[in-house]
Amino acid sequence: MLSFIGRRLLQAMFVLLIISFVSFMIQDKMGDPVRQMVGLSVTLEQREALQQELGLNDPMLIQYGRFLGRAIQGDLGTSYYYKEPTIDVIASRLPATLELSFAALVLVVLLAIPLGVFAAIHPKNILSRAVLLFSTLGLSVPIFIVAVFLMYFFAIEWGLLPSFGRGETTSVFGLWQSGLFNRDGLQHLLLPSLSLAFVLTPIFIRLIRAEMMDVLQSDYIRYAWAKGISAPRIYFIHALKNTMLPVITVGGIQLGTLVAYTILTESIFQWPGMGLLFMDAVTRVDVPLISTYLIFVGVIFVVTNTLVDVVYSLVNPRVRIPGYS
Amino acid sequence: MVCLAVDLRVALDADPISLDPHEQLSEGGIQYSHAVFDPLVRWRQDGTFEPRLAVSWELKDERTLRLHLRQDVRFHTGNPLTAEDVLFTIERLKSSIDFKALFNVVRNVDKIDDYTVDIHTNHAYPLLLNILAYVFVIDKTFYEGRSEIVKFGQTFASTNVSGSGPFTVHDRVVGQRLTLIRNPDYWDTQSVGNVEQLELLPIRSDSTRLAALLTGDVDVISPVAPIDIARVQRTPNVKLLALTGTRIVMLQMNQARREEFQDIRVRRAMNLAVNQALIVEKILRGYGEPAGQLSSSAFWGHVNNLVPQSDLEQARELMKEAGYQDGFRVTMMAPNNRYMSDERVALAASAMLAKINIQVDLKTFPKAQYFQFFDQQAADIMMLGWQSDTFDSNNIYEFVLACRDADTGMGAYNAGRVCDRKLDDAIMLANQEMDVAQRVALLRGIEMRAVDKAWVIPLYWQPIIWASKQHVDLESVVNFLNFPYWGDLHVSAP
Repeated sequence: MLSFIGRRLLQAMFVLLIISFVSFMIQDKMGDPVRQMVGLSVTLEQREALQQELGLNDPMLIQYGRFLGRAIQGDLGTSYYYKEPTIDVIASRLPATLELSFAALVLVVLLAIPLGVFAAIHPKNILSRAVLLFSTLGLSVPIFIVAVFLMYFFAIEWGLLPSFGRGETTSVFGLWQSGLFNRDGLQHLLLPSLSLAFVLTPIFIRLIRAEMMDVLQSDYIRYAWAKGISAPRIYFIHALKNTMLPVITVGGIQLGTLVAYTILTESIFQWPGMGLLFMDAVTRVDVPLISTYLIFVGVIFVVTNTLVDVVYSLVNPRVRIPGYS
Repeated sequence: MVCLAVDLRVALDADPISLDPHEQLSEGGIQYSHAVFDPLVRWRQDGTFEPRLAVSWELKDERTLRLHLRQDVRFHTGNPLTAEDVLFTIERLKSSIDFKALFNVVRNVDKIDDYTVDIHTNHAYPLLLNILAYVFVIDKTFYEGRSEIVKFGQTFASTNVSGSGPFTVHDRVVGQRLTLIRNPDYWDTQSVGNVEQLELLPIRSDSTRLAALLTGDVDVISPVAPIDIARVQRTPNVKLLALTGTRIVMLQMNQARREEFQDIRVRRAMNLAVNQALIVEKILRGYGEPAGQLSSSAFWGHVNNLVPQSDLEQARELMKEAGYQDGFRVTMMAPNNRYMSDERVALAASAMLAKINIQVDLKTFPKAQYFQFFDQQAADIMMLGWQSDTFDSNNIYEFVLACRDADTGMGAYNAGRVCDRKLDDAIMLANQEMDVAQRVALLRGIEMRAVDKAWVIPLYWQPIIWASKQHVDLESVVNFLNFPYWGDLHVSAP
């Protein structure tokens, strides 16, 4: 166990080092942060003085070294725009994004499992075909179209749901601004999470269906039928459990997609989460914030992949992960 | 006057970067300043100045302006506003990176008594009132000793406020909302404004901002993308308010990079090939004003009969005369998120130039990258939209037409490398000419010469477009400067 965690930590450090390096090297190409913060009539001279002050004129490697030195002490820089430590800025936006992703995942699970299982059990049923058609649609339509479409009908035309923002939030233990505990917050959450779910669900439906059909042919299921076990128990306990292995793997990988789609969804719905923060940071060339975001996303990836591996061995005891017993 | 107190939610494309009114000279910053602070004077919609903190002023001599201040003004802290605060504010503006270029001309300010000050300038300066409209007076007692301005860090002034304006700052979540509450002790009791709580929300995406208005989640939005204008007009309970702005969008032809551009016939031909009216009609959906010169009609340099010309035949003829009937290839750069529909305008312009065989390789960039290229003059043709900070023609001439001079900052945005000594002399004179008639003649002279020489290709004056619910009397507070005076906004019962 210890060596497993140690190995993972080492891998994580390595990944983060690479991410931070790359995010540093692309800075040059993003534009001049000073330009974004001063009026048009500020002279070139004054702008250069500001650049000097920010240390932007030093060679990249020196800047990177300085960054690493501070990062080791837990200081990832101060956002140019928010004027606060980047970690604090991201932490303040984290709840919004986590709640959005969480809501989307719940929707995905609630939709994909029953639909996938149904399509596997009754492959010829007209409903199954409809489900497959829907999943093809979901796979091929980009999320911003889905989001704009949902917004147009549900918010503008029918006036059922709010069009932007997070609405009212309640403070949970003074640490977490949550929109999950009041009507207004939930209403605001619905459209963005639905559009995220719309693009993520299809792949899981297809995956569960294919795996399930495979599993249903296997000997132990036939044996279970012969034994007279009830159908729901066979489908949802015995069969479903064994289809979950690839689902978990893909789920872990899809997390990246989720992060990417959250950026788009948050921009469209002006959802005050990390994705929107990142988009704004890119327009403003808020370099410290961009680097911190990328590193933070890197951390999320490493952590979830580790979790996926652990869950893996729980679901399927035959799986052996090196160093983990 | 019996007023109904209302709450108003306004969605804009940007939010002020700081609560410090002197930190950044930007549209969002000045809009915010007008709500929480008061300027000495401010612009009326007709282009004249209205007394605010200064009740009257007189020219003592060519270089001295005497201001008489209002005597009943208190800051949000309760401190009375006096001459000391004005001195303190102007001193601070002279040291602010963003404002110093404007205020360098002020030599010093003398306090005559508690409510009278003399402003001395380095030379006769006809635009003194224009810059006094940027003097948002701050509370000396409150800020003194902690008034430093830091661009990339937090300061006392960037998070704490004491102004004298119609609103006080209630709550600010950076990047999400700024909530202002009406100042109950505001001196201007004549104001018809009845907005009790003003919420300013940044919404970046054009379509989301529009959706927020259409769903009724917000009451006022700006800007509205040209493509969405029809949608707003179709909706019964919202209205559109469009004004001609003074930001001139233009193309600059770099003569140092291309010798073809040194030939006046080529520059004229390019001006004739570009059809400004068509760009405005098709891309800006009829909003905005096609430009045949740099000064908008609100400016003194505007010459009525300089209308945009487009004549392909004549343009081809000129190209032939110049020996370029087969044309040539040039590079062009434009931003894609800075000006209204900028990328599409650039595409249209390059297609129009292709009609006279000038093949344009166009590249567009987000503004953050674009302006780096602009500074490097990285392409033969550059797009620029210039907003005069003083709302006077000469500011455009100084930055765009004057010969480049790193020491004085003149011609800093002259990416065409225009250098016309005659223009420079006139620009210098116009900067010091106190006689209005003389000055107008000078400015118009510059404008006519610039058009005659075809130094740049003016395209259009970018429109200022707002949309709101019907019962918001936006018309009375939005002006050609795009600085709405929220304090005076009257909202009737819906």
